[in-house]
Amino acid sequence: MIAVLRAAWLIARKDLVVEARSRELAYTTLFFAMACVLVFSFSFVDREGRVPTDVPAGILWVALAFSGSLALARAFERERQAETLRALLLAPVERASVYLGKLFGLLVLMAGVEMVLVPVVGLLFRAPIGQAPWLLMGLLASGTIGFAAVGTLLAAMLVRAHSRDVLLPILLYPIAVPVILGGVRGTAALFSAEPDVLAAENWLAMLIFFDTVFVTLALWMFGPVMSEQ
Amino acid sequence: MSGVSFDFDAVEVRDVSRHYGRRRALAHVTATFRTGEIVGLFGPNGAGKSTLLGLLSTMARPSAGEIRYGGQLAREVGDALRGRIGVLGHDLFLYNDLTAHENLMFFAQLYGVPHPAQRIAAALSAARLEARAGDRVAGFSRGLRQRLALERALLHDPRLVLLDEPFTGLDDASATVLGGRLRSLRDQGAIVLMATHDFESADGLVDRALCLTNGRATTLAAGGSGGLRDRYRAAMREGQ
Repeated sequence: MIAVLRAAWLIARKDLVVEARSRELAYTTLFFAMACVLVFSFSFVDREGRVPTDVPAGILWVALAFSGSLALARAFERERQAETLRALLLAPVERASVYLGKLFGLLVLMAGVEMVLVPVVGLLFRAPIGQAPWLLMGLLASGTIGFAAVGTLLAAMLVRAHSRDVLLPILLYPIAVPVILGGVRGTAALFSAEPDVLAAENWLAMLIFFDTVFVTLALWMFGPVMSEQ
Repeated sequence: MSGVSFDFDAVEVRDVSRHYGRRRALAHVTATFRTGEIVGLFGPNGAGKSTLLGLLSTMARPSAGEIRYGGQLAREVGDALRGRIGVLGHDLFLYNDLTAHENLMFFAQLYGVPHPAQRIAAALSAARLEARAGDRVAGFSRGLRQRLALERALLHDPRLVLLDEPFTGLDDASATVLGGRLRSLRDQGAIVLMATHDFESADGLVDRALCLTNGRATTLAAGGSGGLRDRYRAAMREGQ
């Protein structure tokens, strides 16, 4: 287990160094997410600054899901350029390490996007992001893990498919719907005028359950899926 | 990194076939590769050379037949087998945004190479890239990348070395150095299998030559009056 985590850390660290140099994914995902939020703010915030109930939570998660799928596609495109994914799969490490390394790298990136995005949503939509900050962080973290867990597996599976850019969202969104719904409902419960902490906690528990299922299935499937490439 | 050591002195390919859908890439190939030899793999484009290298690297499985490493199948050995195989593919397996040193360090750590700093210094020296160690690979020419990629493939002292077109992009001096490096690997007991179209560079370097045509393997006649290219052409004429 330590060997698996050590190799995963090496792969994630490598991804983060590459990203720190190119900043390609960070800029792409961040600008896309910000554009999403900005466009929605023009649509939903009226002249008096009022926002329909539950809208900020939905917009936050839509922006996260769309920008996250962009990051997923590009993360594996990099490994395709010089066939470095093959190099990772040829290394004497368990395939689970490769999956976990890529997943961890993506999670760090998406966490960075969320750190900018959440305050912007709070500002533009007057969402009370500070009412239960730890619970909000828990919902964002667990929702992001579930989304990225499925996305990383699908992006790796599609890395050699010709129409991977089309197929990834088509496959990813239906599977990730429970996670996105859980995130939206849990966040909406926190963003309401009187925060429903109990409901948010229930959605958080649901998201943790989905994370456990998705990560376990992905770890189990990643080796067989990649072995014939 | 696997923590389990594994070694072998021969690789046996037994009646191996590989199909991609209805297309046959390899058909009933049988061959044995032993330590201390360089085997050249020749054949026209699409003959199955890269497929055979892919099967030997464990990246793909045969559709029929089996490949044994020291008598054991790849699935019986597991991750440790991959730690004894070095692959230089047509694609170079290098990260463009990392420096030469960072690329080598990443793979050294992934392969659990002991004393990586010293090993990397030796690898950079062998590739004659000490002065460019801190430069990103994106700025390297194809020849420099090829030299670095070869050292990346050899960082962990593999028993089985699989090279796909290793002379691509190398200047004359670098090709001579590569030849010397491969002879040195052979003398150290490695099994070197090299697919190439560069008959001039391979002539006098390979101990044995296999010719693949339409997925079938034949051994090129040893010695004779002509060079490797002449023997290859004769084999191709006979095959037709």
